[in-house]
Amino acid sequence: MIPRYQKYLFAVLLLASVAMGVVLWQLRERAHQRLIAGQDSAPTKAPEVAPAEQATLVVANDSDGSLLIQTHSLPLPADPGARARAVLGKLLDLYAAPDATHSVPGGGSSVTQVFLMPAPEIGTSTSAASKPRSAESRVSVSVSSRSSANSSGSPAENAQEGSPQLAVVNLTGSFAASHPSGIEAELLTVLSICATLHANLPRITQVRFLVDGQPRATLAGHGDLTRTYLAADAVPAEGLHP
Amino acid sequence: MRSTKWVLTALLASGLTGVTVFAQSIPAVPAAPQARFVVVLDAAHGGDETGGRMNNGGLEKTFNLAMSVRLRSLLAARGIQVVTTRESDMTVEPNTRAGIANHAQAEACLSLHASESGSGIHLFASSLAPAQPVRFPAWKTAQAAWVTRSLALAGALNSVLQHSGMSVTLGRTTLPVIDSMACPAVAIEIAPELDKDKKVTAGLDDPNYQARVAVALAAALVEWRTEAHQP
Repeated sequence: MIPRYQKYLFAVLLLASVAMGVVLWQLRERAHQRLIAGQDSAPTKAPEVAPAEQATLVVANDSDGSLLIQTHSLPLPADPGARARAVLGKLLDLYAAPDATHSVPGGGSSVTQVFLMPAPEIGTSTSAASKPRSAESRVSVSVSSRSSANSSGSPAENAQEGSPQLAVVNLTGSFAASHPSGIEAELLTVLSICATLHANLPRITQVRFLVDGQPRATLAGHGDLTRTYLAADAVPAEGLHP
Repeated sequence: MRSTKWVLTALLASGLTGVTVFAQSIPAVPAAPQARFVVVLDAAHGGDETGGRMNNGGLEKTFNLAMSVRLRSLLAARGIQVVTTRESDMTVEPNTRAGIANHAQAEACLSLHASESGSGIHLFASSLAPAQPVRFPAWKTAQAAWVTRSLALAGALNSVLQHSGMSVTLGRTTLPVIDSMACPAVAIEIAPELDKDKKVTAGLDDPNYQARVAVALAAALVEWRTEAHQP
């Protein structure tokens, strides 16, 4: 025989359970509605597909320590920072290819951001690192690269008249960790990045480097990342413009 | 007693005569002192700083030290005084390395590196712009007053290395050790030797290749000494 008070207790607990189930169901519905409302308020602007343009890439070559100018057609955004990141992404994609002349793993995703800011004035006591050059002159510039580098009307050309800019290139830690160690290998990477930026965005006159958002002494034990590089000095001797 | 004195006198006289004759038989040594010529060898990296990794699993710091020891022996055999920045696997700060070189007042300072990237020998001088020597140069730009001599040293090394059949790449770069040195300074990076098809003909672990490079560098420094002592 079940006592009466236990029957009442059981009924009360059953009612409480049902009530809590109803409340939970309502809370779940409210959360679902909030989620749907949040999705509705998210920006739904479709990504713009930038038109393909000719980009000038200064590509390193390990076999003779030279920098070669190449042109590639790729979508280039109008925003200078995004444009700089796009050309560097393409450059590092070339380095990550199996048949690369300067093999560096990582690819385009190794450039996290490129920040552009007004270039500070720096002293002239230290010049930028000069590109490696072989005993015989091995830096070559194709005719097509010259013509494409001087194509008029591009945003980069139009921006040439502006004030000089400092580009801060933020690389990933994995890129630095996997970069081949060596004075020449690291110097070629740094100089090709500087020259490529200057070739496509002539306002960029100085380049600094960060790794995972932090200053770092060297790229992989040799290449100095603490200094400001003068972008124009990294351009091959024949230059980008006649 | 008197006879003993005579015997001693005769022995002394004969001894002096013998010494005089022996001294006359030695050819005359030039009186001019040998000019001072010191070379600083800086085996890069060391200790916690391992440098790059070689294809055979070895570390760059070990290769650099072995090359420094080998080159030191060759230079000592040629009568060149050598100062090294490290003799064992130990961490040496860049400023300490430069300090050792600057105290040695060397005629040539070589920073030895190795890399599996590229081919042949890579020679790097400082990228500092040439400047007039000053009484108290700034530490990090002390090399500025020596850049012209450093480029000449790189040219001398390049000439001998090429004459030895090696491919050479010349360049300029920023290395804290080199930039702080007040002496003709060149960073030497030794890479594997490749043929036209980019196949390795001599790897960094090839003792013959190491010996060839060391002998060529020693020959270049002997030539550099000759140039330095020319009036």
